[in-house]
Amino acid sequence: MPAPETATAEAAEEEKPAVEMVDVQIDGAWHQVPKGTRMIEAVRMARGDGSTVPHYCYHPKLTSPGNCRMCLVQMGMPPRPAPGAQAAAPDADGHLPISWMPRPVIACANTVAPNMGIRTDGELVEEVRQGVMEFLLINHPLDCPICDQAGECSLQEFSVEYGKGSSRFREAKVKKPKNVDVGPRIRLDDERCIMCSRCIRFSREIADEDVLGFVDRGSRTVLATYPGKELAHNYSLNTVDLCPVGALTSNDFRFRQRVWFLKETESVCTGCGRGCNIQVEAREGEVLRLTPRENNDVNSSWMCDHGRMTYHELHVADRLTDHMIKEGGRHQVARRGEAVRYAAALLKVFKPGEVAIVASGRMTNEELYLTRKLAAVLEAKLVDIIPREAEADDYLFAADQNPNTQGARLLLCGRSKPGNKLAKIRKGIAAGEIKAVLSLGEELTDERVGLAAEDLAGLSFLLHLGTVMGVTAEAAQVLFAGSFPMEKRGSMINVTGRLQRLGGGGIAPGACADDWEVLRDLIAELGGGNGIYLLEELFSEMAREVSKLKGLSLGKIGSQGMHLIDSKECVPLLRKEAERRASGLIP
Amino acid sequence: MATVTVQRPKLSLAEKLFLPGVLKGLAITLGHALRMLRGQKKVTMQYPEERWDANLPEHYRGAPALVTDEHGRERCVSCQLCEFICPPRAITIVPEEIPGDDQWAKVEKQPKAFEIDMIRCIYCGMCEEVCPEQAIFLRKDYAITGTLP
Repeated sequence: MPAPETATAEAAEEEKPAVEMVDVQIDGAWHQVPKGTRMIEAVRMARGDGSTVPHYCYHPKLTSPGNCRMCLVQMGMPPRPAPGAQAAAPDADGHLPISWMPRPVIACANTVAPNMGIRTDGELVEEVRQGVMEFLLINHPLDCPICDQAGECSLQEFSVEYGKGSSRFREAKVKKPKNVDVGPRIRLDDERCIMCSRCIRFSREIADEDVLGFVDRGSRTVLATYPGKELAHNYSLNTVDLCPVGALTSNDFRFRQRVWFLKETESVCTGCGRGCNIQVEAREGEVLRLTPRENNDVNSSWMCDHGRMTYHELHVADRLTDHMIKEGGRHQVARRGEAVRYAAALLKVFKPGEVAIVASGRMTNEELYLTRKLAAVLEAKLVDIIPREAEADDYLFAADQNPNTQGARLLLCGRSKPGNKLAKIRKGIAAGEIKAVLSLGEELTDERVGLAAEDLAGLSFLLHLGTVMGVTAEAAQVLFAGSFPMEKRGSMINVTGRLQRLGGGGIAPGACADDWEVLRDLIAELGGGNGIYLLEELFSEMAREVSKLKGLSLGKIGSQGMHLIDSKECVPLLRKEAERRASGLIP
Repeated sequence: MATVTVQRPKLSLAEKLFLPGVLKGLAITLGHALRMLRGQKKVTMQYPEERWDANLPEHYRGAPALVTDEHGRERCVSCQLCEFICPPRAITIVPEEIPGDDQWAKVEKQPKAFEIDMIRCIYCGMCEEVCPEQAIFLRKDYAITGTLP
């Protein structure tokens, strides 16, 4: 019953107390911001371009200890009249005159008040920033040529803006431990650390593993792990992203490439069903790292280490780089057109019901849609994907290990549960009723399918569209070299039912094709001709045919995705974040 | 547009005849020929047997090369700034970590491969200028094409 539901939703919205807005003067102009906003966020709202006051220790998703002092700004309030004196009269807009405080305040831990004034520039503010920078740089080593953070380092950026060209410090710099292993994936350089404590707060507040802390005092303070413990939780690499300097660096990305060479592509992680928003960072098509992208409906600002390492699948030793046809028991390299014609000629022989398709939950919506069309052309009844399950954690990692199970449910499996038809396929092959199998992106000897190499050899026809050489690829009569998710564009639906876009980023080697193009060519060759040349056209066609996607296009999904299906899944990490926000720990 | 009227110069009879001018030219040519025959003047340098290397200016920019420091360690730490600045993109660097047991382990980073595509190099000297470690210099080599043994 949709009508009453919307009615209650509206009622709930009305009941919600309206957020009280206060007038704040920021850099000379008056703005309305919600009461209780931190000054640093108020400045961000006022500027409207995403920028705010320079800062190191502040992070909107963490508590504010206010220890870096970089965000100092000048603050003012209406003056309190002397006893017996008349209070100043408000101006035409109702604003009182502001009396500026002679000393600066930190913008990250102070909240706005009515009629408050904030100055983010001016003589005093510039001067304190220069002072803070000079202190921070006293003991900072001149490591920039070998530091992985160079190019995305806040200290570098702000020292260009507020630093002195030369140092006035004549004493010897404090020596601290360098190149320390603090965990299996992270290296620490204590000399570079500016004591912002972001990594400590992340581990304590978000990853719930309080392993980091400061020891010793004054200029000899160092970041260290608790004795006998290490920074090894599955979210540890977020501390590397958080680190405003190069103190924490990733072992995986260490010295691989300078960041200014990397091209960033917005995409979605395919390590599990969560679909964390990521940036695929690649140089000349070679993917070198994955970093999280903020999406407050999916992954906040974080992603797990498991997901970050998924790009190593691109480095498999026996990657398929050519399409192949088996002639006389040996695979011969063929062009895509040749292989498609060869496969279609062989497939036309089979009667309806003799062909089964094993697709993958790692395929994009577009590929799954084409798989359904291919099944219709071949009149194949048995079409399924391989379900993958693992133990979920209490943060982001989802139990469903296929990135697009929801897409497969919507576009391919219909009402049957994914994986339900695999047993039937297995039995059909054993009984000889199924004579041809199309394996799309999956290894058929996987235990969840349960086929052996002999079963595959007994088939009259086997087509494999995949990325890696394996038993199925070896047995296939026609072999198409496909792409990994990091190399293709498309859309997927995550476990919470959110439709999101993959942006590619990597470039597939050799003659590897986009999987959807192979499927399109096969359908066209088998008689279901169509004139689709662009992924956008394919999505539009899919949107016309599938009622859930009505009116959508690849462009309309947007970089942050959109809610499509109501599933019972929720994101534990976001729940915890909302709890922290409700308790006032974070703004 | 302003026009300037130029008067033709008035030529004397000798000039109109051209003959004195021709004879003057012939005399100069003859003078050079005689001095060469007497071995008093060289006109052609017999490159590559003869070279002008001693006279190359201090700022001459030839082929770039990596240098070592006073301990014999290659100075380059593969910061890749030269790769970034290089206008014809002639430089390709593959960085690597210096292993922990190496005597220079504290330097942490070194090039695993440092390639300069000399077909692309335009000898601009930007790499030398940008290098924070003073590890790359343009030598005075100008004859760097390979010769048959």
